[in-house]
Amino acid sequence: MQSTPQHTFSTDPDNQPQDDQLKSRSPFQLAMRRFLRNKLAVISVFVILIIIILSVMAPVFTDQDPEQTDLFKIEEHPSKENILGTNGQGQDNFARLLYGGRVSLIVGFSAMTFTLLIGVVLGSIAGYYGGIIDNIIMRAADIMLMLPFLVLALTIMAIVDRVTIPFFITIIALTTWPSLTRIIRGTYLSLREQEFVLGARAIGASDFRIVFKHFIPNAIGPIVVNATLMMASYIIIESALSFIGFGIPQPTPTWGNMISEAQNVRILRDHPEAWIPPGFAILITVLAINFIGDGLRDAFDPKSSQR
Amino acid sequence: MYQYIIRRTLVFIPMLFALTVIVFTLALLAPGDAFTGKSLADPNVDPEVYERQREEAGLNDAIPVQYGRWISNVAQGDFGKSLVFNGRSVSELIEARLANTLYLGLFSLFITLVVSIPIGIYSAKHPYSLLDYGATGFGFLGLAIPNFFFGLIAIYVLAIQLDWFPAQGTLDEPGMTGIEALKSRLHHMVLPGITLGLAGTATYMRYMRSEVLDVLGSDYIRTARAKGMSDRNVLYKHTLRNALIPIITLMGFEIGMLLSGAVITEQVFNYPGLGTLFLSSVVNRDFPVVMAIAMLLGILILVGNLLADIFYSIIDPRIRYD
Repeated sequence: MQSTPQHTFSTDPDNQPQDDQLKSRSPFQLAMRRFLRNKLAVISVFVILIIIILSVMAPVFTDQDPEQTDLFKIEEHPSKENILGTNGQGQDNFARLLYGGRVSLIVGFSAMTFTLLIGVVLGSIAGYYGGIIDNIIMRAADIMLMLPFLVLALTIMAIVDRVTIPFFITIIALTTWPSLTRIIRGTYLSLREQEFVLGARAIGASDFRIVFKHFIPNAIGPIVVNATLMMASYIIIESALSFIGFGIPQPTPTWGNMISEAQNVRILRDHPEAWIPPGFAILITVLAINFIGDGLRDAFDPKSSQR
Repeated sequence: MYQYIIRRTLVFIPMLFALTVIVFTLALLAPGDAFTGKSLADPNVDPEVYERQREEAGLNDAIPVQYGRWISNVAQGDFGKSLVFNGRSVSELIEARLANTLYLGLFSLFITLVVSIPIGIYSAKHPYSLLDYGATGFGFLGLAIPNFFFGLIAIYVLAIQLDWFPAQGTLDEPGMTGIEALKSRLHHMVLPGITLGLAGTATYMRYMRSEVLDVLGSDYIRTARAKGMSDRNVLYKHTLRNALIPIITLMGFEIGMLLSGAVITEQVFNYPGLGTLFLSSVVNRDFPVVMAIAMLLGILILVGNLLADIFYSIIDPRIRYD
């Protein structure tokens, strides 16, 4: 995503200087304008907002405690009190569905932020300085990419007695950082050779300033797009690990460990209301995030939408 | 070419070494062991009994010593004995499971390719048709649905409600042979195979569509058309050969994804493969088995990447490695 110089002709109506007002739009603003024209992506933003509201304001929508077990109300069918029935420990499924959204979104978002942090720092160092440092970081990334992610993650999760949410997020970030780091480094390598960086260096800008004022804004497109798509995959990873019992354990509600109840044939067969809603919640959340990611990609790189 | 293969293999050895060291250290750092269970010892058993068992299994030695012993045995092809399955050898345990996982993986890859490539080509030949939109929608769904959830829905609808396919296992009756066994095995693999291949199908379909579209717009296709080549020949002789390149690379790299997916899918369908063995071994702290599977998966991923590179150069002679 390069800003089109104003003096060249562009077939893209957004980039044509029609009046003075348009000139002041930054490439970022232009991208946002293109994003807002993508209906699917905008709808997805609303869907995500609704999911966020439902899970953040869960206490408003249900007065049940998602962690409260009740041995007299095990595996009950839906009733007025328990809209989606109760699970094997007598916990209210509807409350768990709402509160579970918090965990999925927090894990997805925090793991993404953490990975982004690692990726930006390591990718910046590797891409900016090059040489030996670049070599070391990239070989480490290669090794991490070759290791089977699940083998590593499962072994680590099995070690600790109790997986907490921050621990889980850390492990996910520490095992999945290489792909984003590679992307950021790649973008920097192409930026490094450009004249405006030389110009900045000539007027004595510090490394720190060059990276933050010149590199990151120019690499923001690929960073934002990949971070978004990554968040979707983290939500799936969280649910999958919780499903096989290596994720965030009971009593904390997560969509993954709610579906995990369906490994019991009785619940699978007789209580679809217990495991289908969290599955659809994951599906809709991930679908919406992916649409937003695709929308952002088309917005930052208009060429990609022609495919 | 040979040089390239040898170099790649040599580069992989330190990686494999790193993987085994990491997994080995992690496994031994875990509280509890195969004898005491996850964390707390059974208070009814004399601690000395545990101590003797540990001593016999060599678990009391320093970690580097244990690692050294393990790696030198592995170099001689001996993966040791399982600590849980009454001392059965690890190779024996893994052998049976590995075959099951490979059957499942190949079967799911077969379904993936047979479905995704024709649909991808059709979508590209008829963009914005009804089927193209359908395929795009399916692609988005296939990538967004967690495969364990899809597996559960498949079991719920196709195995429980309609009773078309078995929900778990590999054979109707143990000890079946011949054609009957093969039929039963395939029947059992339908649901897990589709579940495992879902994400791959969605990915390949999207790649295939955009690649064929790309190639169809290129100059040499216009040339081929201009000299009067039939549509069929243009498609099969010129387009496909070029459009398949990224698919093949993808396949090599997806082996890791496929194996990771197999861990989860096998768990859903209670399929006796490497994945379920790995999960139960991790839970039971059966380190020899965990280590052997970790190493095996690492090697399979390397071989996948290597094969992708080799096929790549066969299908596209312009690519040279030297």
